[in-house]
Amino acid sequence: MIEVKNVNKSFDGNHVLKNVSAIFEDGKTNMIIGASGSGKTVLMKSIIGLHRIDSGKIEYDGRNLPDMRMKDIRILRREVGMLFQGSALFDSMTVLENVMYPLEMFSKADKTEMEERARYCLKHVDLKEKSYNLAPSEISGGMQKRVAIARAIALQPKYLFCDEPNSGLDPKTSLIIDRLIHDITVEFNITTIINSHDMNSVMEIGENIIFINKGIKAWQGNKNDIFHVDNKDLNDFVFASELYKKVKHTNS
Amino acid sequence: MNIFEDAGRYTLLMRRVLVFPDRWKMFFRQFPKELEKLGLQSLPIVIIISIFIGAIMTIQTKLNTENPLLPTYSTGLVTRDTLLLEFSSTILCLILAGKIGSNIASEIGTMRITEQIDALEIMGVNSANYLILPKIAAFVFTMPFLVIFSMAVGLFGGYLVGVFSDVITTADYLLGIQYAFIPYYVLYSLVKSLVFAFIISSVAAYYGYYASGGALDVGKASTNAVVNSSILILFFNLLITNLMLN
Ligand SMILES: Nc1ncnc2c1ncn2[C@@H]1O[C@H](COP(=O)(O)OP(=O)(O)OP(=O)(O)O)[C@@H](O)[C@H]1O
Ligand SMILES: [Mg+2]
Repeated sequence: MIEVKNVNKSFDGNHVLKNVSAIFEDGKTNMIIGASGSGKTVLMKSIIGLHRIDSGKIEYDGRNLPDMRMKDIRILRREVGMLFQGSALFDSMTVLENVMYPLEMFSKADKTEMEERARYCLKHVDLKEKSYNLAPSEISGGMQKRVAIARAIALQPKYLFCDEPNSGLDPKTSLIIDRLIHDITVEFNITTIINSHDMNSVMEIGENIIFINKGIKAWQGNKNDIFHVDNKDLNDFVFASELYKKVKHTNS
Repeated sequence: MNIFEDAGRYTLLMRRVLVFPDRWKMFFRQFPKELEKLGLQSLPIVIIISIFIGAIMTIQTKLNTENPLLPTYSTGLVTRDTLLLEFSSTILCLILAGKIGSNIASEIGTMRITEQIDALEIMGVNSANYLILPKIAAFVFTMPFLVIFSMAVGLFGGYLVGVFSDVITTADYLLGIQYAFIPYYVLYSLVKSLVFAFIISSVAAYYGYYASGGALDVGKASTNAVVNSSILILFFNLLITNLMLN
């Protein structure tokens, strides 16, 4: 469980996060949603410690990250996996080497065990054997996302962060990636946090949703409640598309 | 960005770079790759430039000092000392600053803007140490060899002038390059080159590591790396020369 308490963050006078508090639960796909520029990425990067927050607490099962020294943050990060918006695969390595990298860096297993683990993770994300020795630039965007997920779960993380896992993917592939993240979260009881502005993802896997509006947490709930909230900003966000307007119309 | 801020950030970065690697195994996997990329692949340009400069310097020196009072060995001597003192260290490093500096800055800069460095940090890796230390170590390690090689090839270039033209005889040239040889000049050059190699690789890594934005900014980072490491080379050249030759 990750607990965020009264977090503030500004850049040169631009107050981006305003007193945000939220709880992200284990074994659930927690989502941070909001319009472009609302501060989702800043919140996520603050939680991981890539941004230093101005005030507030970020507790990983009771361990407060802003109080930690760099050495301890590094140790905590071995329990963290992250899926980046652009996949961020190492382009000088093959697919298999990418997934083996965290193992080689931190596990004490021998080479064959590491390779076994890497292959297990790649199979878990449905990647075909024949692509294992290709470079990241030689596979499609959807496959890159899968490799990135496999790399993120290689060390069996307790916490998984996904920054817009669907950006640049077609709706069908998006759905597959969303379900994959959800299944892995449940299977390994991970605290997963997903940044998204994709309503399809929200409806698919939004078990605990935090809505950020201009740096303020404006709402928290799940996908079943989100249609029946009396919050103008949230409604504007949710019912931006014609499709969801129709869904609302038929529901009511 | 002002010079003090850059200097401060550079120092902080180097404090993260210049520590023992988390995993030596990973360091020794990167090190040979960097040796090949930064050292071995620089050989062709070192050979070409040194051979031509050696030859041209011999011709220029001879033609510009047509004086019967000067001893015949003077041309070889001037060529040799110029190569030993300045060309094979300072000028060569200025040229390599272009090749190696832009290579390192753009490689690390690309990793920065595609979030690969963030990915390393999230895994708990000291990304600065993992990415930069093997490059600095490999380049500083190969530099003396490149310098010695450049000296030898440069002298050979001058010799070719004697063989293929009648500007100078090979006998005069060979006498000249052996006359009043001061081994300390080689040491001086090697010391300089080690410092320059560190400047080139670390400054380029600094600009790459702190690149932000898009592909265009990676280009800017590599331009900054080349320009600023060149200026630093010239400055340290003056400093070391004052310390070692005065
Ligand atoms: N490194 C930074 N330096 C300065 N300002 C920043 C930085 N990162 C983000 N910001 C500012 O913080 C605000 C929120 O940005 P953020 O990237 O969190 O938005 P977002 O909700 O993730 O949007 P999107 O959906 O487009 O990714 C923006 O106004 C942005 O300009
Ligand atoms: Mg974002």
